[in-house]
Amino acid sequence: MAGSVQFDLVSPERRLASVAASEVQIPGADGDLTAMEGHAPTITTLRPGILKAVSSEGTKSYVVTGGFAEISAGGVSVLAERAVPVEEANAALFDALLSEAREAAAVTEDKDAAEKLIADMMALRAAVGQ
Amino acid sequence: MPSLKDLKNRIGSVKNTRKITKAMQMVAAAKLRRAQEAAEAARPYAERMNAVMAGLAASVGSSASAPRLLAGTGSDKVHLLVVMTAERGLCGGFNSSIARLARAHANELLAAGKTVKILTVGKKGREQLKRDLANHFVGHVDLSEVKRVGYANAQTIARDLLGRFEAGEFDVATIFYNRFQSVISQIPTAQQVIPAKFEGGGASALYDYEPSEEAILADLLPRGVATQVFAALLENGASEQGARMSAMDNATRNAGDMINKLTIQYNRSRQAAITKELIEIISGAEAL
Repeated sequence: MAGSVQFDLVSPERRLASVAASEVQIPGADGDLTAMEGHAPTITTLRPGILKAVSSEGTKSYVVTGGFAEISAGGVSVLAERAVPVEEANAALFDALLSEAREAAAVTEDKDAAEKLIADMMALRAAVGQ
Repeated sequence: MPSLKDLKNRIGSVKNTRKITKAMQMVAAAKLRRAQEAAEAARPYAERMNAVMAGLAASVGSSASAPRLLAGTGSDKVHLLVVMTAERGLCGGFNSSIARLARAHANELLAAGKTVKILTVGKKGREQLKRDLANHFVGHVDLSEVKRVGYANAQTIARDLLGRFEAGEFDVATIFYNRFQSVISQIPTAQQVIPAKFEGGGASALYDYEPSEEAILADLLPRGVATQVFAALLENGASEQGARMSAMDNATRNAGDMINKLTIQYNRSRQAAITKELIEIISGAEAL
């Protein structure tokens, strides 16, 4: 088995995961990336998407929105403004996220970014199957 | 000299008071534990956030293109004080100590010729500052309906702050809250959130940045404000319960002392009444 990296997922309210993972798939703002042992130190912001961590206990998926991921020699830490295990994600959550995004889109000047955010949310929702 | 009946009533009412303060103390103790856990759970996020932003700020901060949230507006004429207090009283000096610090700060700024605006969070602080600083109030955040402070509350406050900053309503924002030290000690703290200030920082490892450093920083700074507000809210929550717990502990003990004193007084006057009656009977019998 390949080497592992220390993976931490924290939201402002709690620490969701802290395991040794063999790979972590991160929905980066500029595209998805997978972090494995020996990855170059990177900091990337997140887009709304699904974060997957593969460890000896199996693969865990989380719905994350907003925040950033820090890949360093010590491990991968993901700081997400909102992070929910996929199993717990439900229609109500997505409704709340979408309405929030739309509200933000209504006031922001950067329409492109706001529309991308909404599109990301829709894609995320479709991916989870809600 | 109060009559026996009065004393008895008095003892009864103090006993009831003691029951109430005791119950409040126990409730506060339970809530304190939860508040401390919440503050504990929020710490890793805040710490990492701070570390990464400090590293970014160190490398981007000096350039002319630095975001306004970091570099400031270039002046410091208008100060916004965000005063965070509790929604409820009966927690010792908790609210007054924040109000005192904020008032001192405001007066200092006013003396220096700056404009002061005040945003209050929690109604107790508002009540205390209303007397002399009411004309500086620009807004109020009511958290009385909130049972458990969540990140969403902090986001709302942060969004309000950022909106005002964008609109050019102030140059510098400072939050006032009580930092939780222990049950008997809470430290009133003033912390500048806009423009952002970082402790330590500097030497960060060499990272690849996706997208650019500036873009990440611009994305993170507003989140950083929310994180700091959230941390302050949680610290404040724990401090409030700690302060209430020790205040109610004191009150319970005082009530106990008072009951003892009143009981002794009650027994003394009862004994005096009995003695008096006896003397009356004896001297009556002797007179015959």
